[in-house]
Amino acid sequence: MNFINSHLLSLILFLPSLAALVILFLPKNEAKLIRWTALLASLIPFALSVVLWFGFQSGAIGYQFEEQYTWYAAINSTLHLGVDGLSLTMVLLTTLLTPLAILASFSISDRVKAYMMLFLFLETGLLGVFMALDLLIFFLFWEVELVPMYFLINQWGGANRNYASLKFMIYTMGGSLGLLLGIQLLGVLFGTFDLVAVTEKWTSASGSLLGFPIESVKTVIFWAFVVAFAVKVPVWPFHTWLPDAHTEAPTAGSMLLAGVMLKLGAYGFLRLVLPLYPEQSAHFAGALAFLAVAAIVFGAFAAYGQTDFKRLVAYSSVNHMGFVLLGVAAAAKAVGTLDAHIALNGAVLQMFNHGLSAAGMFFLVGVIYERTHTRDLNDFGGLFPLVPVYGGILLFTSMASLGLPGLNGFVSEFLVVRGAWPILPVYTAIAMLGLLFTGAYILKGIKNVLHGPLNEHWSHGEHKLTEINAREIIVIAPLMALMLVIGIWPAWILDVINKAMMMLF
Amino acid sequence: MTTELLIWLIPLPPLLAFFLIVLFTNRNKALSHTIGVGAAALSWIGSMIVFARALGVHELGKEPFHSAINWLPTGETWLKIGVLIDPLGAAVLFFVSITIFMIFLYSVGYQNFGQPKGDHDRAGLPPHGATVTDEHGHTHTVPSIEPMYSRFFAFIGLFAFGMYTLVVSDNLLTLYVGWEIMGLCSYLLIGFWFAKPSARAAAIKAFMTTRLGDVFMLLGIAFLYSATGTLSYREIFTEETLHVLAATATPILGLSAAGLIGLLLFIGTVGKSAQWPLHVWLPDAMEGPTPVSAMIHAATMVSAGVYMVIRMFPLISAGWTEGMPLNPTMSIIAFIGAFTALFAATIAVAQNDIKRVLAFSTISQLGYMIAAIGMGAYVAAVFHLITHAFFKALLFLGSGSVIHGMEHGVYHTGNHKVDPQDMFNMGGLRKKMPITFWTFLVGGFALSGFPVITAGFWSKDEILADAFANGHLAIFITLALAAFLTAFYTMRQITLTFLGEARTEEAKHAHETNWTMTAPLVVLAFFAVTYGWVGIPEHFPVLGGILPNWFHGFVGSTLAEEPEALDFSWIPLGTSLFVAIVGLVAGWLVYRNVEKPEQDKLQFPVLKNKWYFDELYDFLFVKPAYWFAETFVYKWMDQGVIDGILHAFGKVTGWMGDNIRNYIDLKVINEFVGDGTGNVVKWTGRNLRPMQTGRIQQYMLAAMLTLIVVGSILFYFLAA
Repeated sequence: MNFINSHLLSLILFLPSLAALVILFLPKNEAKLIRWTALLASLIPFALSVVLWFGFQSGAIGYQFEEQYTWYAAINSTLHLGVDGLSLTMVLLTTLLTPLAILASFSISDRVKAYMMLFLFLETGLLGVFMALDLLIFFLFWEVELVPMYFLINQWGGANRNYASLKFMIYTMGGSLGLLLGIQLLGVLFGTFDLVAVTEKWTSASGSLLGFPIESVKTVIFWAFVVAFAVKVPVWPFHTWLPDAHTEAPTAGSMLLAGVMLKLGAYGFLRLVLPLYPEQSAHFAGALAFLAVAAIVFGAFAAYGQTDFKRLVAYSSVNHMGFVLLGVAAAAKAVGTLDAHIALNGAVLQMFNHGLSAAGMFFLVGVIYERTHTRDLNDFGGLFPLVPVYGGILLFTSMASLGLPGLNGFVSEFLVVRGAWPILPVYTAIAMLGLLFTGAYILKGIKNVLHGPLNEHWSHGEHKLTEINAREIIVIAPLMALMLVIGIWPAWILDVINKAMMMLF
Repeated sequence: MTTELLIWLIPLPPLLAFFLIVLFTNRNKALSHTIGVGAAALSWIGSMIVFARALGVHELGKEPFHSAINWLPTGETWLKIGVLIDPLGAAVLFFVSITIFMIFLYSVGYQNFGQPKGDHDRAGLPPHGATVTDEHGHTHTVPSIEPMYSRFFAFIGLFAFGMYTLVVSDNLLTLYVGWEIMGLCSYLLIGFWFAKPSARAAAIKAFMTTRLGDVFMLLGIAFLYSATGTLSYREIFTEETLHVLAATATPILGLSAAGLIGLLLFIGTVGKSAQWPLHVWLPDAMEGPTPVSAMIHAATMVSAGVYMVIRMFPLISAGWTEGMPLNPTMSIIAFIGAFTALFAATIAVAQNDIKRVLAFSTISQLGYMIAAIGMGAYVAAVFHLITHAFFKALLFLGSGSVIHGMEHGVYHTGNHKVDPQDMFNMGGLRKKMPITFWTFLVGGFALSGFPVITAGFWSKDEILADAFANGHLAIFITLALAAFLTAFYTMRQITLTFLGEARTEEAKHAHETNWTMTAPLVVLAFFAVTYGWVGIPEHFPVLGGILPNWFHGFVGSTLAEEPEALDFSWIPLGTSLFVAIVGLVAGWLVYRNVEKPEQDKLQFPVLKNKWYFDELYDFLFVKPAYWFAETFVYKWMDQGVIDGILHAFGKVTGWMGDNIRNYIDLKVINEFVGDGTGNVVKWTGRNLRPMQTGRIQQYMLAAMLTLIVVGSILFYFLAA
């Protein structure tokens, strides 16, 4: 027990990879065995995350459950792990979504072994970013997590998977080049990559560097960081890889891609950009807000303009993640004020909420795609009487995504709007246009899938649409329960976030 | 149980009913409606107890029932939510709980409980009737039960939860929660028969139009919250806070903060209460089952919009006292209300669908309330809100009963081309459906403001009196004109539907509906008459003072300063008597002999087509939005420009790669350096080959020459 407590983070982080190595030695034809091993293995990190959640002291200052191991002594980079309220929330989200995504992948029968291994490696990659307290380790995991996702899209994806996976990989890597250079500069300057130490020294640095005033250097690196994270979030206009990657990825891949991977970008803003560059952030808050509002508005409109159900959901991510960045921009402009704290609370909760609702929506699109082999909204129509349970679940999840009060999305969007309004009134007002069209595209999806005259093609014969099955209900049920619980009683999670934001900013 | 705890519990039974029905009992219709109606009854009982206790509290306005808990952590503080019942809340709770309960009960009959399953019915379409064979071997077509019967009760349960939440809230945030849940439910219920494309479109239209108002409202809430640090009414409506808000200037239209917040919130009401220019969704909402129309248009959703502006009256009127000119926000509100009242009334005159007439009359009547609150006639607005809820719920349920009766006729004749909602297919129904007729007559007269005995007279008269007394002549004349039209089209409706002789075979075979539908009509008719008597002005001739004006004192005490009772004047009273009587008589005279729509001289195309607002909005907003989304944002911007740039990067990179390969790698490195070196060596080798002759003399000669050359060089360098 003592060992578990003192190594909780590294256990959560590396158990999935360990399980992947175990799966390597399982016989290739035992698909069932492999699936269940992967599922059970991914449930352990989740259970440990719950332990982590309850063991976490939300009032305590600084990082908790810290672990530090020598890694690359020559350049003074260590495997330094730790969580605060911000990363804890994201760790919980990741370990929750991974087992659900694996369970959702039980219908995969092509090269199950490789698929499940990649999935578990992916989990380690994602968790590593959230836990890392060392910039080099952060960057390492940041890149590591791309590889399994690339192969998942490239090998198990849809028709246009080569284009999508390449665009995804190149775009994200290209975006991170500046981040790598920036991190190296910091490492060289201070002789350490440790986040806490670097933050302290870097923010107080003055004078000149490499012959330039330090302010100019900071501005340049600030933008390098921003671009890296903006591609990942994704912020308009860096978002066009997302609809392609999401649409082509296998269902469970989309769940994690939208559910967790987009959060890495937003997390980067909160963990690195705001703490390392408070002045630049405040100075360029207007530009960030502009990009955020463009993402909100154009994301909503682009979603509304789709005829492919999965693309519609993909674009909804651009729209929803825009609210995260709007909260970040507002907080950047007025650090330390009550409004900023409210905006940040909203932004972080929105990250968590979007993880639930986007994963849920992608899963539901996958459920119907598996049965009909089409994603074209015009091919459906009036399916509600055929699949009443699926219909009810889709309505519920859509409403959570729409931000209906009483469900989770509303709480976070309200907090962002409330926090951003006094700081950035014009941008907040324009963002309302996006909120309006969120309704439009969600209703468009429901209209074309569930409502209207029944498309007889699906009502009998070999094409007869079958109801969502028990396994699939088990995948979506925890997500729905959380959407409702956070909508009605958000304090349990918001309290942790709130305290973390108060300490960070 | 403490009253506060009871108030917390009031919204819960319908919510519980929703979950129980959806998750467990949806296959059992009887159990589902028992749960649904039972939940409505429980909430009603709770509300009545709270209302009774509220009456017993001295000065409830100053010491309301109130309790709050922490909900959202925000920095060092918490956003609290809670429940509040003050006089306004108690009065609203009273009518909401009664009408909701009655609508639930009515739904049992309306959705054909106890009837056989339809022959070809499927979920998503209205029931089409079932064929039954009686003991003599004759086959009949009879109404069939709604296939989604249980689902209906689940949805209206959630709807009721939303309304109760809104009423008992002590703050704008939970009010907004209830408000939006009702928005969802109206979407689900208007589109209840979702397989009909018209119902599907109407549902989306309702949701989107109201959401347009809601996003402004959300901004208003955010603004208010950031300006005051709270959303609780009791904390906002303190003299100090209101004073600050009224004194803070904003850059928009020269409004004060209070005025701008009020205006933003009011736009939410414009959407929810279907005021011009966001009125377009409500007539289409008639696609839903009739009890839903009653829920949405009388008891709950549209009332919610008016309730919210009434609630916010202290904020909207901050800095204003009675007798002063209206502040800008109030002027806008009063203008929109009065304009809508007249505008919608003109359209109602030219409608032939029995429910659509009521829909436009609802818009018009809501305009009265909005105009009243805009003029500062607080008590009159609340009064009309409540009386209207009773008589309009009554009228909608009555019209549903008529439609049901007509459907009987349609099943009897088997002619499904006859529209059971078209008033020109009716006539003479008073004999066939006496209870429906008499209660509808009560409701219609209340709507028209038939003097003295109906509730509508008292509340409408109070609004007119207020407008006149405070010198708002334009509003007074507009509302009086609208009142005339109201009486006129109401009598038109009654005449076409119930009076004269049956115009179709179907109308001849209509018959009265069962008790679950008629009992609610009787109960609501009772209130449509008597509720007016609790608010008779003190100075009214003869009647004034016989009954105390309880309503004015009770509801007025919600405000920090109780409004003064008006002095009596004959001019508004005379006007309201005149327009009601003349309108009713004119309606009867014009339509008593009309047989066919062609004989109706007032069906001007512009009125029939609702002043072409649907077409205008389609042209101005709907089509451009679709073009903007699909063509501009997606095809041009994302796929054209942004992806174009990305692909250009890709192409340039590829081009560079190709060129490096073709011109540097292949040409320079491969051909020039790599192959070139080889070629040179080969060439040299080839040219040196003739030297390998195999003759020893030549080799010796070459060796000697080499020796001489090397020797001379060495000698030259070393010796020198």
